[in-house]
Amino acid sequence: MSPYTVLWLQSAGCGGCTMSLLCAESPGLFDSLEDFGIKLLWHPSLSLETGAEARAILEDIIAGRVRLDCLCVEGAIARGPRGTGHFHILGGTNRSMLSWAREIAPLAGDVVAIGSCAAYGGVTAAGPNPTDAVGLTYDGAREGGALGADFRSRSGRPVINVSGCPPHPNWVTETLMLLSLGLLGESDLDPLKRPRFLADHLVHHGCPRNEYYEFKASAGHLSEQGCMMEHLGCVGTQAHGDCNIRPWNGEGSCTRGGYPCINCTAPEFEEPGHGFSETPKIAGVPVGLPTDMPKAWFIALASLSKAATPQRLRDNAVADHIVTPPAVRSTKRS
Amino acid sequence: MSETTRLIAGPFNRVEGDLEITLDITDGRVREARANSPLFRGFEMILVGKTPLDALTLTPRICGICSVSQSMAAARAIAQAIGVTPPAPGQLVAALIHAVENLADHLTHFHLFFMPDFTRPAYAGRPWHDRMVTRFTAAEGSAIRSATRARADLLHIMGQLAGKWPHTLSLQPGGVTKAPDARDKVRILATLKACRRFLESDLFAAPLEEVAALDGEDALDRWRRAAPRGDTGLFLDVAEDLELDRMGAGPPRFLSVGAYETPAGFLFARGLFKDGATGPVPLERVEEHLAHSWMTGATAHPFAGVTQPDPDMADPAYSWCKAPRLAGETVEVGAFARQVVDNHPLARALLRDGAANVRARVLGRLLEVARTALALEAWAAALSPGASHMARSHALETGRGAGLVEAARGSLGHWLVARDGKIKSYQIIAPTTWNFSPRDSQGLPGPVEQALEGALVKPGETTPLSVQHIVRSFDPCMVCTVH
Repeated sequence: MSPYTVLWLQSAGCGGCTMSLLCAESPGLFDSLEDFGIKLLWHPSLSLETGAEARAILEDIIAGRVRLDCLCVEGAIARGPRGTGHFHILGGTNRSMLSWAREIAPLAGDVVAIGSCAAYGGVTAAGPNPTDAVGLTYDGAREGGALGADFRSRSGRPVINVSGCPPHPNWVTETLMLLSLGLLGESDLDPLKRPRFLADHLVHHGCPRNEYYEFKASAGHLSEQGCMMEHLGCVGTQAHGDCNIRPWNGEGSCTRGGYPCINCTAPEFEEPGHGFSETPKIAGVPVGLPTDMPKAWFIALASLSKAATPQRLRDNAVADHIVTPPAVRSTKRS
Repeated sequence: MSETTRLIAGPFNRVEGDLEITLDITDGRVREARANSPLFRGFEMILVGKTPLDALTLTPRICGICSVSQSMAAARAIAQAIGVTPPAPGQLVAALIHAVENLADHLTHFHLFFMPDFTRPAYAGRPWHDRMVTRFTAAEGSAIRSATRARADLLHIMGQLAGKWPHTLSLQPGGVTKAPDARDKVRILATLKACRRFLESDLFAAPLEEVAALDGEDALDRWRRAAPRGDTGLFLDVAEDLELDRMGAGPPRFLSVGAYETPAGFLFARGLFKDGATGPVPLERVEEHLAHSWMTGATAHPFAGVTQPDPDMADPAYSWCKAPRLAGETVEVGAFARQVVDNHPLARALLRDGAANVRARVLGRLLEVARTALALEAWAAALSPGASHMARSHALETGRGAGLVEAARGSLGHWLVARDGKIKSYQIIAPTTWNFSPRDSQGLPGPVEQALEGALVKPGETTPLSVQHIVRSFDPCMVCTVH
């Protein structure tokens, strides 16, 4: 069987998506790739080839001497200064990454944007966006970007956005595995072109602070155990991702680590319009409702549940360890 | 007069980010080298106008490999500006999180970035080449796979204490966001034991204590000949055969701002090593030169510095990287520099004419792996379940602070000025900004540029092997360099 070939390019980003990817486990990254016949034609951090050897691989792909099944792009595409793309000229090539990406992307069977920078612009596009950075087919939440809204790879599919800052390692390995087996179609993508296997879940699902959420027992300060939605900026009830269903680095997730979900899989998460760990409020009511929840019901349920908060949760929500354990009671019916 | 030819090497990979090196070659030797950091993102511009705490979310994303170091530097800068000190247990957890990242980075560098170069066919026939191919062939070698697994296992401590890696928000000016309980403590100890098992079987084939106690070249030589020494032994064989100790001499000055500050002080000392001794660091005499950077503005201390990229990328500049100098001079930073500044006898013995070299940098890093793993075990054993790990702090309105930490690859500084609750100025000097700086206002080359002078270039080489060994021995992180 011929291998499923992958070229990986890094542009205006931090390299953290690759660093996260190397945390893939059971099996590890290199075993996962090998077991699915996925061959890295070149990866800037992992391949031996450097300089002229690496340039030759790019030229072989462009000339059609090597079939490219998948192009992975990590990092945003810098279009500045003045549309030249010169804020990132690929080393040794005297040519911008913008130009390389535009030439190679149409040759790829599929194109995968790895991480929120490549997908939507991400942190590289924060603030005044000094480099005019965009995602491959999105400029923030608007379609367009470096390749344009109408871009389709050889398969006819749009760019697949494995967003996240960084993405979970297995969001990437599983996307590549599915593609290598021909099992990821356009209907498997959400409206922001994220694989639905990760985007059909909310970060809220499986969050260990759920009981605090149910009773509106809120943490007032970071390091406290209560729900972080009311005061600390957590948007886990609106953010798409299975972060609390599959753990990170063993047993972790942002909310398990004691800090809010900042919706890093979404376009423009880098500019929330308020501090990342504070909740904007109008007349004391947090702005931003849980996804699909009618506002009147949320307010009614919140006030009801707040009135019913068990003392245990009130105590524990503002402590950094369990001060009042759950009562031990038999659940048998006598 | 001999002819000078020019080679432009890039994309120079396995350096974390993108790099281009221009080499002017005369008589088979590099006469001059120029390091170009070809990616500019502009974090220092992005941060201006934001609330200071936003730096805790944004600056880790400068770098996917030194993410925690960036967090620590931001948290320290804000803490200094508002005058808050984390409680002792919080300092300990922060040190633990930080040291785990640095240890993982050392494993990544040695196994994935540095060693694969010796598998090249150009070295076929060398007595160590077959072993090297088995262990370090890119993506396939047995050491590459086992080290990647060991690294992923070690980073479980991040899941336990910091939520995830990279890009945690757990490090705050007042401490850490998660107070570990007793179960976290034993889980972390278990992870560290597993890490020790990997290091003592694969990397050193010796107890960590034995590696940390090596006190000079004689001791190293006796240790090496007493038994097979795993991949460290393999490296020592290569270093001897290729005379890596005569390759890549950098400046004879080493900086460390001090690593892992706990109530007990620094694990690895702060200092400036030159002329055979460690002295204080004249931090007020840090300046960034812009003469050969695609930047406009004047030479300045980072509290007064600006970041204004030159869209015309005009000559004579050739890099987006600024050129930091300490009291007007270049300094080398990194794991080896830390061990020299800390006065470790093995590190001092590895110096040649007062400077580092390829062998010294790599051995310094391996020495630090052993010393750091030992410190981690002690810190994990000292974790305090039930204690408070976070001090209450208040918002930063107006003030300034410097956050200085040691990332895996050297000294990192954040210099923050806030006014009326907003960031007025935020300047960053990363380890590879020091090591891979372009020429300064006097035209003096940066450390790697100096280290490359005299490197051997064989006929037909497009990216000379000696140049690759020298460049990668610094463990450069190009995404941090310009930021």
